[in-house]
Amino acid sequence: MTLTASILHWLAAVLLAPLLVGVINRTKAFFGGRRGQPFLQVYHDLFKLMGKGAVYSQTATWIFRFGPMLGLAVVLTALAIVPAGGLRALFVFPGDFVFLAYTLGLMRFFTVLAALDTGSAFEGMGASREMQFALLAEPVLFAGLAVLAAGSGQLSLSGIYNQLWSAGMRPEGAPVLLVALTLLMVLLAENARIPVDDPATHLELTMIHEVMVLDHCGVDLAFIQYGAALKLWLFAALVTGLAIPLRTGQPMVDLVVTIAGIFITAVVVGIVESTMARLRLVRVPQMLVASLALSLAAFFWILR
Amino acid sequence: MTMEMVLSSLLVLTIGAVACLFSGGCAKRASGLGVAVSVAGALLAVWPAVGVLWTGRSVALRLPWQVPFGSFHIAVDPLAALFIVMISLVSALAAIYGMGYLEACANRKHLGVTWCFFNLLQASMLLIVLSRNGLLFVMAWEGMSLTSFFLVMFEHEKQAVRDAGWTYLTAAHLGAACLLALFVLLGGTDGSLDFDRLAAPSGPLMAGILFVLAVLGFGAKAGFVPLHVWLPEAHPAAPSHVSAVMSGVMIETGIYGLVRITLLLGPPPLWWGWALLIIGATSGILGVLYALAQHDLKRLLAYSSVENIGIVCMALGLWLLGVAARKPELAALGLMGGLLHLCNHAIFKSLLFLGAGAVKHGAHTLAIDRLGGLQKKMPHTALAFLIGAAAICGFPPLNGFVGELFIYMGAFGAVTHAAGNGTLAVAGMIALLALSVIGALAAACFTKVYGIVFSGAPRSANALGAAEPPRSMRHPMTVLAGLCLLLGIGAPIGAALVSPVAAQLLGESAAVAAIVSVRPWLVALSLGGGFIAALTALLAVLRRRLHHGRSIARGPTWDCGYVAPTARMQYTASSFAWPIIDMMRWMIRPRVEACVDHGYFPRQAYLATHSADFFRQRLFVPLFRAVATVSNSLHWLQQGRNQLYVLYIAVTVLVLLVLKVR
Repeated sequence: MTLTASILHWLAAVLLAPLLVGVINRTKAFFGGRRGQPFLQVYHDLFKLMGKGAVYSQTATWIFRFGPMLGLAVVLTALAIVPAGGLRALFVFPGDFVFLAYTLGLMRFFTVLAALDTGSAFEGMGASREMQFALLAEPVLFAGLAVLAAGSGQLSLSGIYNQLWSAGMRPEGAPVLLVALTLLMVLLAENARIPVDDPATHLELTMIHEVMVLDHCGVDLAFIQYGAALKLWLFAALVTGLAIPLRTGQPMVDLVVTIAGIFITAVVVGIVESTMARLRLVRVPQMLVASLALSLAAFFWILR
Repeated sequence: MTMEMVLSSLLVLTIGAVACLFSGGCAKRASGLGVAVSVAGALLAVWPAVGVLWTGRSVALRLPWQVPFGSFHIAVDPLAALFIVMISLVSALAAIYGMGYLEACANRKHLGVTWCFFNLLQASMLLIVLSRNGLLFVMAWEGMSLTSFFLVMFEHEKQAVRDAGWTYLTAAHLGAACLLALFVLLGGTDGSLDFDRLAAPSGPLMAGILFVLAVLGFGAKAGFVPLHVWLPEAHPAAPSHVSAVMSGVMIETGIYGLVRITLLLGPPPLWWGWALLIIGATSGILGVLYALAQHDLKRLLAYSSVENIGIVCMALGLWLLGVAARKPELAALGLMGGLLHLCNHAIFKSLLFLGAGAVKHGAHTLAIDRLGGLQKKMPHTALAFLIGAAAICGFPPLNGFVGELFIYMGAFGAVTHAAGNGTLAVAGMIALLALSVIGALAAACFTKVYGIVFSGAPRSANALGAAEPPRSMRHPMTVLAGLCLLLGIGAPIGAALVSPVAAQLLGESAAVAAIVSVRPWLVALSLGGGFIAALTALLAVLRRRLHHGRSIARGPTWDCGYVAPTARMQYTASSFAWPIIDMMRWMIRPRVEACVDHGYFPRQAYLATHSADFFRQRLFVPLFRAVATVSNSLHWLQQGRNQLYVLYIAVTVLVLLVLKVR
């Protein structure tokens, strides 16, 4: 039963992740007073891209084509590590969260190299900023994981998420919620959302993630956008598992609750995007350093 | 049998080195002989070392030697065997590569001399890890410093190379001075410097002094900040295959020495672990930040060595903390992680230096901002370099990740199981924050290198005319890149290499427990890596099928509609690194020179950024200036008259006599 639920969570991610982007877009449209695009628009876009041919830059090499494929493969693998609430993930081993963080790093490495492969100054600019913000987001993620590991006494992501709320609300509850907050900030930074990055701006100069994929088209772009949606799901699942302390012991109920939570997280992201402006580039480090301070506070809280 | 083979390896290397001198100025003969000697020496040494690693049993040999305090006492135990394997592998591959690399200098240089020093360097590194006597150790250490100094001075007609050489020699000897003091203090009461006869230090204070001396002496060789200043000078100055050996294995003998001597100093107190942890974290972060700021490929790689040695030092800190706090699991993970990362560093750093040599060979420049587009000109080198770059950033499924995961697990374990031990939890937190910052900075650094040097369009005529190096230079890189993949996808192999050492240093039971606990995640790593590879292949097939029958065209880069870009308009390495450098300017203090013309019709603009080494500029330059002033004021002692010197000697002998008789 638990195994079925784990497989179902992976399948749900694979099938529903584009819908998550749709939910964010609709939330933003609601706040903007518009009706917005259909929920399934992202699926239409992906299918359209899959059916297209491609134009490749004369400057680009095999790396440019390899990047999107590897990125998607990595994020599909990483999803198998992420537990749904207290449910065991498909792929569990001690230290799996380090593997998760570093495989996502591998994805970023090849996205950046593919961007630099085109020789475009715009893409170089995006690549440079991507590495800068990754530098700030990475310690926040690891500090958060350390708090969770210390709080649960476990060394695998599934173990941590299973143990954290297993006895209901515990004294460690408050630091865990703090970590959920910092992970939400990491989500915003890692997935190129406002206030760190604006995927919808009309000026390439102000974008970070989107500008790195300017030259990709057709199937490659579909891989990238689908991979981005899956990555959003992955982080939303991490945040949800912390923020919703519900562990019924019924795998299917837990799964449904988690998936609902993931969509609620998407709505929250949409609300953040609607109510905030994009931060100036120099302000972004301050936001991420502040979240690092929060996770360190949580750490000392739990050590106390 | 073991010791005979090891001795014959030393003998082959020494005699071969001398034979290289008599190659009669024929470059081909000298190179052929030098490579043959190096490979033969490597094979003779690797075989018994692998045997010792396999069985876990040490073998020793003690020969009388008519030198005060000295005895020719050598031994191969698992710790030494691990280093013998690394030294032999990297030296032999670098030698094969060097044959092609030195061909360009064949008619200006006497290659026999270079090969002589190369083989002697290999022999002295082997002797360092073999020797079990303080005097023999110091002599081998000195031999290693001198031979590598002469190798660095290969292009001594250049002023920059001479400066680099002198910096290196000074650093090496300041380190050696600490080691001499260390061994004098360590000396046993019966006048023997054999490691197994040394008396344990008399008290915690003495042990502490000895530990500090060891950190200073070995740290100067390994490149702990702020003793690292010679690395970014010497590595770029040396020929690339020599840099590969120096950066890949020579600096790692510093770590070997530190581990070996720490074992002799008795049970470590907690502060030793803290000291190594803090030194390691500082070296790691500063090393990679300086690496990111460099404009010269080999200088960048040299700073990256400082970073990796920092990671190893941090891991050793966790080891000592684990021993001091009686947490065998932390000790085992720290020790195994450190040693494994050392092995991995030997592989990928020598690979990257050989790659840099190929770039120099092909494009005749190492200035990152003058390169570009080499991926198309030298695809083989590019692929090998890419694998090395991804491995050094610690990305799975390559070897760098396996070692770092051990250290991460040690740190997370310290945080998790530190019930009632807040100190260890804080240490673990520091280690994992430092590791994550180093990891992200390394990724920035090596995306910069690969993206600017190998991707994009050529930025200069040099890059445009680049060509792939000859086969003898490509194959060593292929082997090393293959090893990066093998030890990454086959994660348990690397652990099997270092587990005998853990068993030797930590005791059988603790090591076995640690190995049993790590096995599941090592297998999982292999599975995960395989899964990623299989999925990528699957997606490649899918992509091919989707593209079937569609138009696949080539055009200029989109660049937001601008269709007439020149290669100089690409993003440069300096611009790529600038956001991070600017954010961290309080740590590395970059200097910006800019000239901007603000008129309506700007004519000329200019911008340059420099990141000079803070410790060199602010610490060592003033220090040595002060030393020079003091020495100048003592100049009246040195008159250049032999009679006076004889007088000095006579007076000294007299004073010593009086002291002895009294």
